[in-house]
Amino acid sequence: MAQQLSALEPTSEQIAEQKIYKQMGVTDEEYGKICGFLGRQPNYTEIGVFSVMWSEHCSYKNSKPVLRKFPTTGPQVLMGPGEGAGIVDIGDNQAICFKIESHNHPSAIEPFQGAATGVGGIVRDIFSMGARPVALLNSLRFGKLDNDRVRYLFEHVVSGIAAYGNCIGIPTVGGEVMFDESYEGNPLVNAMCVGIIDHDKIQKGVAKGVGNPVFYVGPATGRDGIHGATFASEELTDESEAKRPAVQVGDPFMEKLVMEACLDLINSGIVIGIQDMGAAGLTSSSSEMASKAGNGMELHLDRVPQRETNMTAYEMMLSESQERMLFVVLPENEAKAKAIFEKWGLLCSNVGSVTDDGRLRIIQHGEVVADMPVTALVDECPVYNKPSQVPVYYIENSKIDTNRYDEVTDLQGALEKVLASPTVASKEWIYNQYDHMVRTDTAVKPGSDAAVVLIRGTRKAIAMCTDCNGRYVYLDPEMGGRIAVAEAARNVVCSGAEPLAITDNLNFGSPEKPEIFWQLEKSADGISEACIKLNAPVIGGNVSLYNENAKGAIYPTPVIGMVGLVRDIDHITTQGFKSEGDTIILLGETKPELGGSEFQYMIHGVTEGRPPTIDLDVEAAMQDALLGAIRNGWIASAHDLSEGGIAVALTEACISGELGADVTISTELRSDIALFSESQSRVIISVKPEQAAKVSEWFAVKGVPHQTIGQVKGRHLTIRMNDTAVIQTAVEQLEKIWKDAIPCHMG
Amino acid sequence: MKFAVLVFPGSNCDIDCFKAVEDTIGQSVEYVWHTATDLSPYDCILIPGGFSYGDYLRCGAIAQFAPIMAELKKAADEGKYILGICNGFQILLEAGLLPGAMLRNKSLKFRCHQAELQVETTRTVFTKDYRIGEIIDIPIAHGEGNYYCDEATLQELVEYDQIVFRYHGSNPNGSVDNIAGICNKSGNVVGMMPHPERAVSAILGSEDGKRMFTSVLEAWRMNHGTATIGS
Repeated sequence: MAQQLSALEPTSEQIAEQKIYKQMGVTDEEYGKICGFLGRQPNYTEIGVFSVMWSEHCSYKNSKPVLRKFPTTGPQVLMGPGEGAGIVDIGDNQAICFKIESHNHPSAIEPFQGAATGVGGIVRDIFSMGARPVALLNSLRFGKLDNDRVRYLFEHVVSGIAAYGNCIGIPTVGGEVMFDESYEGNPLVNAMCVGIIDHDKIQKGVAKGVGNPVFYVGPATGRDGIHGATFASEELTDESEAKRPAVQVGDPFMEKLVMEACLDLINSGIVIGIQDMGAAGLTSSSSEMASKAGNGMELHLDRVPQRETNMTAYEMMLSESQERMLFVVLPENEAKAKAIFEKWGLLCSNVGSVTDDGRLRIIQHGEVVADMPVTALVDECPVYNKPSQVPVYYIENSKIDTNRYDEVTDLQGALEKVLASPTVASKEWIYNQYDHMVRTDTAVKPGSDAAVVLIRGTRKAIAMCTDCNGRYVYLDPEMGGRIAVAEAARNVVCSGAEPLAITDNLNFGSPEKPEIFWQLEKSADGISEACIKLNAPVIGGNVSLYNENAKGAIYPTPVIGMVGLVRDIDHITTQGFKSEGDTIILLGETKPELGGSEFQYMIHGVTEGRPPTIDLDVEAAMQDALLGAIRNGWIASAHDLSEGGIAVALTEACISGELGADVTISTELRSDIALFSESQSRVIISVKPEQAAKVSEWFAVKGVPHQTIGQVKGRHLTIRMNDTAVIQTAVEQLEKIWKDAIPCHMG
Repeated sequence: MKFAVLVFPGSNCDIDCFKAVEDTIGQSVEYVWHTATDLSPYDCILIPGGFSYGDYLRCGAIAQFAPIMAELKKAADEGKYILGICNGFQILLEAGLLPGAMLRNKSLKFRCHQAELQVETTRTVFTKDYRIGEIIDIPIAHGEGNYYCDEATLQELVEYDQIVFRYHGSNPNGSVDNIAGICNKSGNVVGMMPHPERAVSAILGSEDGKRMFTSVLEAWRMNHGTATIGS
């Protein structure tokens, strides 16, 4: 066992004496445990390997107790959390494979590459399961757009996502973005990928079969991204800029080749196990594959393709160079595998073998440079039950009456202001930079409640969306967690699909702060309750903690990525009004709920009080009834009410449909509250006038509160509150404000 | 009639072109890998969109050196039907099969959306089923679609009726004379930035691209028929 690999590296003794492990995020207690597992002090490579495997990013050591709360099973679940991505059944031997992952910290430092490699990473998670990636989505958060740095981050994150997704040929079909000071300096960049797979093609990242060779495919390893996982597991500070080298550089062309070659390899039927090299690169892929099979692995670093000279074992094991994969085949299939990669012009090197001793053994220049028990790396990281405490702000907020604001009487002006909020405004500036049509299966493009992608050769389609309102979660984590899932499901249902499952990306501040940990726990409770009630288990996800800036933690933002099944393409429904004369019906009840609303933020300049409440039984009943009505063929359009309430929802339905509406809302609420309240479980639908009575009857029988509020008419939007017209304007004028908002900020 | 869809490393609209041929005209279609050296079995060759060889140099600049390109030039000389879409158009320009060059979009941003095109000529084998002056709806998706040529070339394009499509309304990329697609002098080689293969069914948002496929089948049948009668 080499104690010191290079004169520049500290010795085992120096690591212990100078507590060098602390710079890698390893605590004294953890260091003690590592020494125990090894029966000696680790050398520099070994402590490096342990530090990344035991980072929050790889081990979930702080979030595991929270993640255990999630419901993860159901008859539709073929693969739950634990593998690269979860998989749900859609019948006919077909399944959907999907996952969301964050690249927040890299994007804060180097937005273009940070976002691009975020896309690359999530795509590898999907095709390494054997699935053909068919769609990408994202969920983004930035500070306010009047800040130069924020505009720079926003512009380059979007072009990074575009550059990678467009080149690799997977359409970016949907997503969401919100702007709030809370995210200044620490943007959120979550990318989701959805793939289609046949049941019998599902792969696992297992290194089975002692003696089997282990292959490395993809570009050569360089010094980029070293300690990326550790970097992701600490707060961003002024020194973070100096960690720019920890941000990897993506090559989407290479990923396209690796993807096609790996799918060819998987289809050839010779793969025993395959996994991508994501966070912690060679280290995590090798140890996790060995661990899942209960085996060990020997890696010969001299056989790993290298694009820089004199790389140390430490650097090679911790490199996060992109687009690399590790796989295991039988020795007799080596030539077959190599031939497949040769067609795609890729290097495929035999870098080691599966062993029976449960050790990860690294060999370089003929010497064993690291030798560690695989289970210690993968399974034995200590799990922390962090202290949790109700934050003061939460208690204070209970005293705030969100209806105490003076009545806003210029409701037209208020609507225009809310429409011009970048959070509400048209996202065309963003999604026009994404190729959202390649593969020619995109039936519902970005800009409706959920995107819908056709499944070739069938009558089925997949609906998908991402959702989370961080303001709600901040004001009440449990309620906000419930709403995030419920709204994602509502979007999917409005598109004509039944929710299947979710993937979640838990973006939070530092778990070392008891108030933050409380947010994490409570929101997980809320998510779990909604998942159970709406029959959409969690089949995978990602945790991103330590999202903080100079002013403190970001709003807790557990992003929900949801996938639903459209049973027949005839059920596909979009948000825009369809025909002049159609009857408009509002489903659900409007309550005086302005806490955390876009109106409260834009007009009153605050985010305070309690967010809207949600009754999950009411939500489930509404969704069930709506999906039934859609499947009966009665619904011309359906649009979920979210940020900006009914005023914004009606405007969007008019703009999307290039039609107007004449609406009268009977209410006992104050007009401004009724127009902009963000009460949950509400949807506006439009139906053929001759079917309106039947549809009302349907919802009445199902116990869903509903109100016929008007009809699709002309090119003007008129909204009356009881007898008073409060909005009366050309749709074209609202559309201009809504469409110009983001381009105006971006120049 | 037999179609080939060329596949370069990094092509990503190859499947879409393949599906479009099958779905619109139900003719035989095969993928042809960039290292192949024979296009003789095919009557029509489609060069799909994507990012050939990553397009890290000028778009299409590396693809022009692929082994298949000598065959493609031969096929063009023989009068076979060739359609380059998006990256395929860029490759045809780089290979000198069509005149001009491509610049980055004027906005310097990738643009993907529906675009209105005006049909400028129906003399090409791919536009027979349209009417001159007709406005059609075909999506675009490119970062380098800003077609450029010098004044003399533009004169020639106009003179020989080589401008096939112009953007109608707004020009999404800043191309010279609003050009969206052009052909060679004999009209058997067409290059265009918009994607007709993405506009072949109502559920995708437009069916206006369909007629490019029916046109070429019609052209082939006429030629084929004539040849048969003449022999």
